Amino acid sequence: MVDGLLDWFRLIGGRTINALWRIGSGTRFLFLILLNSGLSFRRFGLTIRKIFFSGVLSVIIIVVSGLFVGMVLALQGYETLQVYGSEEKLGVLVALSLLRELGPVVSALLFASRAGSAITAEIGLMKATEQLLAMDIMAVNPIGRVVAPHFWGGVISMPILATIFSAMGIFGAYLIGVVLIGVDGGAFWSQMQDAVDFRYDIVNSLIKSFVFGVAVTAIATFEGFDAAPTAEGVSGATARTVVTSSLVILALDLMLTGFMMRGWN
Amino acid sequence: MAQDNLVDIADLHFGYGASSILKGINLRIPRGKVVAIMGGSGSGKTTLLKLIAGQLKPSRGNVTVNNKIVHELDHDGLYRMRRKMGMLFQFGALFTDVSVFDNVAFPLREQTDLPEAIIRDMVLMKLHAVGLRGAHKLMPNELSGGMARRVALARAIALDPSLILYDEPFTGLDPISLGVIGNLIRRLNDALGATSVVVTHDIHESVKIIDYIYLTAKGEIVAQGSPQEMLASNDPLVHQFFHGDPDGPSPFHYPTTPYAQELGLKAIHG
Repeated sequence: MVDGLLDWFRLIGGRTINALWRIGSGTRFLFLILLNSGLSFRRFGLTIRKIFFSGVLSVIIIVVSGLFVGMVLALQGYETLQVYGSEEKLGVLVALSLLRELGPVVSALLFASRAGSAITAEIGLMKATEQLLAMDIMAVNPIGRVVAPHFWGGVISMPILATIFSAMGIFGAYLIGVVLIGVDGGAFWSQMQDAVDFRYDIVNSLIKSFVFGVAVTAIATFEGFDAAPTAEGVSGATARTVVTSSLVILALDLMLTGFMMRGWN
Repeated sequence: MAQDNLVDIADLHFGYGASSILKGINLRIPRGKVVAIMGGSGSGKTTLLKLIAGQLKPSRGNVTVNNKIVHELDHDGLYRMRRKMGMLFQFGALFTDVSVFDNVAFPLREQTDLPEAIIRDMVLMKLHAVGLRGAHKLMPNELSGGMARRVALARAIALDPSLILYDEPFTGLDPISLGVIGNLIRRLNDALGATSVVVTHDIHESVKIIDYIYLTAKGEIVAQGSPQEMLASNDPLVHQFFHGDPDGPSPFHYPTTPYAQELGLKAIHG
């Protein structure tokens, strides 16, 4: 009984220490990326290639998902709004939902699954096949040459992807609400224009997606760099990237939304 | 007359936690020579190579390369040293997303400000030296194991290093590729005026090209000498290693409990 309890405490203690150790290592790794970011901007071509890798290759999934999320929002929103005779507010509902929450959050979750896992797998495999070590032996810092361009590529891509997601969502809602159901197009657009505030909605949406971009790419690059150099190690790291990123996105969203509602003061 | 050593290792100890891998290694690698570090799997050969390259730090003792103690160098000093060093990895470690040409060009583009036209000529020269100028447009996944090793060798010598480290260069190669790589190690070392350290357990190929051999076992240097001296040695461990005897000082069985006890035969008889 006592032994079992001690084993349980040991297990919890071990896991807590391990989690703290990983948070510490991850934070240190993020600082190392920032310290070694000079090359990503001096040779911007390296970063452009990574923007293609994580941003451009994610566009299809973002466009399709945004379109469908917008369509579903329009259907559900119309059902509720028509009860109160406020169908013309459909544009407002869809735009604010997408800009304030769904755009940054869902696109970040999709980005973590598509690009985050790919970044982890690429860096993890480079480590497993000694490519990162070879670079280091050639006196080329792998954090500056490989990791930092991935990081900045992801950070730059994320707000653009979130904007595309929101735009496609609004377009999807227009197709369902105005074209299919017959909500007045003028009311749809003009009420949306009135209700959406540039600073409060659009800038905050961009801030959120920027923060999510930092979080996802930092987690993805750390997991890849820290992966055990085996097939199992890389697959485990890839799975951890998706799970950790998703949870961190949701936690950060709650915090950021709280701050934004209170106006950062 | 004191010999001019490029690499000098004194009383080197290294371990992970409680497990000790290297226990007081002493060895010298003279300039211009091709020196082999041999030993069975798990004897600490690759660890020794990583300590020479400054990838690991010793727990005691030191590695001196070109009169500088490697583990005392700061990041910039270590990278300055590595710019004069080339390393061939066991499986090549080529960058899989770029062509053979770009792999060899990588150190030149990263470490020099040479114009692209000169880099092109230098890359083709290095590839010509390893017989693969015609393969410069291929991707690494289109190469055989031997070709990949040769491309990696061209990349390792791209900056004309003074020290070339080879980690198991003969592993998994067919007899022709084996001969080609062995010949290249010797020829490039002499042509570049470099010094080579070859970690290997391939006897037949290496004795043809090596000047001096250090034999390691259980983290220590147990024998050293020229290939001829090692082949003629009567030391039981050296004889076992160089003649491939299945049993000897290095036992066939991993240490364990007696077999009869494991099978429970004692209990039956009792």
